[in-house]
Amino acid sequence: MKRMLSGNEAIARGAWEAGVHLAAAYPGTPSTEILEELSRFPHVYCEWSTNEKVAVDVAVGAAYAGRRALATMKHVGLNVAADSFFYASFTGAEAGLVIVSADDPGMHSSQNEQDNRRFAQFARVPCLEPADSQESKDFTIAAFDLSEKFDTPVLLRTTTRTNHSSTPVELGERKDVEPRRKKFPRDAAKYVMIPANARARHPLVEQRVLDVAAWAETSPLNRIEWRDRSVGVVTAGIAYQYAREVLPDASVLKLGMVYPVPVELIRTFAAGVKRLVVLEELDPVLEQEIRLLGIACEGKSIFPLCGELDPTVVRRAAAAAGLAVDRPPVAAAALDLPELPSRPPVLCAGCPHRGVFQLLSKKKVPVAGDIGCYTLGLLPPLSAIHSCGCMGAGIGVAHGAAKAGIGERMVAVIGDSTFYHTGLPALANVAYNRSNVLTIILDNRTTAMTGHQSNPGTGLTLQHQEVGRIDLEPLVRALGIHDVATVDSYDVAGLEAAYKELMAHDRPAVLVARRECALLPEIRKRWVALEVVEAACTGCGICFRIGCPAILKSDEVDAKSGKPLALVDPDQCTGCEVCAQLCPHDAILTRDQVREAQEHTGASCPAPLDGGK
Amino acid sequence: MSSRSKFSFVLVGVGGQGTLLASNILAEVGLAAGFDVKKSEVHGMAQRGGSVASHVRWDSERVFSPLVGLGEADVLLSFEKMEALRFAHLLRRGGTAVVNDMAIVPVTVSSGSSAYPGDEHLARVFAALDARLVMVPGEALAQDAGNVKAANVVLLGAVSCLLPLPEEAWWACIAQRVPKKFLDLNHAAFALGRANAGAGAPIGA
Repeated sequence: MKRMLSGNEAIARGAWEAGVHLAAAYPGTPSTEILEELSRFPHVYCEWSTNEKVAVDVAVGAAYAGRRALATMKHVGLNVAADSFFYASFTGAEAGLVIVSADDPGMHSSQNEQDNRRFAQFARVPCLEPADSQESKDFTIAAFDLSEKFDTPVLLRTTTRTNHSSTPVELGERKDVEPRRKKFPRDAAKYVMIPANARARHPLVEQRVLDVAAWAETSPLNRIEWRDRSVGVVTAGIAYQYAREVLPDASVLKLGMVYPVPVELIRTFAAGVKRLVVLEELDPVLEQEIRLLGIACEGKSIFPLCGELDPTVVRRAAAAAGLAVDRPPVAAAALDLPELPSRPPVLCAGCPHRGVFQLLSKKKVPVAGDIGCYTLGLLPPLSAIHSCGCMGAGIGVAHGAAKAGIGERMVAVIGDSTFYHTGLPALANVAYNRSNVLTIILDNRTTAMTGHQSNPGTGLTLQHQEVGRIDLEPLVRALGIHDVATVDSYDVAGLEAAYKELMAHDRPAVLVARRECALLPEIRKRWVALEVVEAACTGCGICFRIGCPAILKSDEVDAKSGKPLALVDPDQCTGCEVCAQLCPHDAILTRDQVREAQEHTGASCPAPLDGGK
Repeated sequence: MSSRSKFSFVLVGVGGQGTLLASNILAEVGLAAGFDVKKSEVHGMAQRGGSVASHVRWDSERVFSPLVGLGEADVLLSFEKMEALRFAHLLRRGGTAVVNDMAIVPVTVSSGSSAYPGDEHLARVFAALDARLVMVPGEALAQDAGNVKAANVVLLGAVSCLLPLPEEAWWACIAQRVPKKFLDLNHAAFALGRANAGAGAPIGA
């Protein structure tokens, strides 16, 4: 029986059916759901590792120990894990080792666009690319077999559109794969990569590429679909679907393995068609491989290099190049639309980061940010983040600016999960090299951005084991930073007092701003919507300047100033009270005052909001 | 199915409105009816109160692209009025727009920096596409059924009238997705959606 599975669910299912023993990951869109799904299956150990490099090392360790292992991450995660990815290519392993890189063409949720098929070429690791959920499952299983057959890690490269599309999948049973070793291997020549051993491994790795390429010639992962021979399209992954949609009559060489490529199969296909076209998303990876064979083809001269493909983009480009498309591309209808207000992502109502950004905005200090929900602190009216590059970058950037002699005190902000990911070595660097950076750890006790995953500060693992929380303040002190304070993120005055105290000394300092994410299910149950006392509100607008989506402009205006009064949206307000603390006229009632007022009037307390989605 | 039939749907709204659940049900209804089905959506930043869109395609033969192209959607199901305008360009000429009579005011409007478009644009824009516009008071009908949160099931009820599948095929998939104690409520919501989908023939394939 077929079931609708997302690409991510299908990869998890495939890994499980392939008898995977261990899986490790750091959450990252569009890859996160793979481990979330796999962790619910029996007989598989799954963990959120602290970062992607650690996740790959963990998977490598399991594979050295003879157990099938999986590591999953978003495309930029493989940058973090690159060092491990390369040595794993040199060593190989004792059992199947599969690494999933979920690329994000179009940058739906990423800081850059990159084509990780390049990593496969770079590290000499075979790369499979599925085009739908059935293939996501099948290719995951094939990747484990391939890994063991050729003693190599295998990269499964997906894109947002395969990860987050659902298509019918035929389910199978789990294959019980016995561990291939009883003891950890003592094979220094293979597993201890000192130069002498690594030199011996390199030619084996290069030979392995040739062997896999020869195998790929007849592998069912690659196939030619002969149709009309005036045009032949070489394609892979989601681009295959667009090729079939837009160029239904063209012959197609569909590559399930995009590295190494099957040279003879490509030659046969090229010789069999009049015009050879390569349709691929992002980099001209296949196009360059084909050109290196001395075969003329067209690719990026027709289709865009940047951004995500879709049927509209492909149809327009193909039609402009004179290819026989399924239907003429339509121009966007002239709909004479009014100006439509955008819905930019904002810090949520009740976001514990708001008070910190309100403070930093007021102090007008330069702030090096990091990757997470809190990057949204860059948006007006707070406009309190001035750089953001990649996971863990902010602390180092702030340190560098400080050491270079910038005349301002640098602040770095980083979330709890990001701090454990790559912030910790950067903070050790601040402690060691003694810059006066103030690092603010925004500890909302979860990995919020990717959907509330656990992390070393939550006291819970992916598979629900209760563990101790890593305690930030003693950790920071142990690094040798003694100016440390922990403050409730909702305590506006407390944040400012701690900030002043920490900034008073010219040395490294850390402020832990702690409060759970307001969207956590158990926190949602405690929401209480605040209320504005119209008689006290003067329309001064201070509460509007914290960028809270729950604070609206009322239709009522202040009699004196003529300015609109504040209005709290009861559906959105969580009762964090940051606005109430900032209001100079005490015009916003606190939670206690709201409750008191309701008891007074006999109105029932606000019903707790539904905990679920 | 003897001759090829295919339908493309685009479901749009604001993060948190239940578009994902509705698109899951729509995909399952198609699969159960024997269609090849693909569904696509983007997770991530869009969930924080942003615009969200899911694409669902049914084809009695085979679906290739999970994404619906410009001017290719047979049905635009919008959970929010302004989002119907934002994604109107995806609807094919002569298609059907089912629009929830609900405005969710974005922060760019509440902060006073821009204005929410008036209802007159809906009729004008979809008339320009020769499209049928079906306005459904989703929240009001869901309230009548017993809970305002069932608005997404009301809207599915309205869409179900437009397609050549029996009512039971829809209800069977919805019933699997809702907790038992809310079955009656959701059935009432679904029925109200069907009753309020407006007159008109089912859409052609």
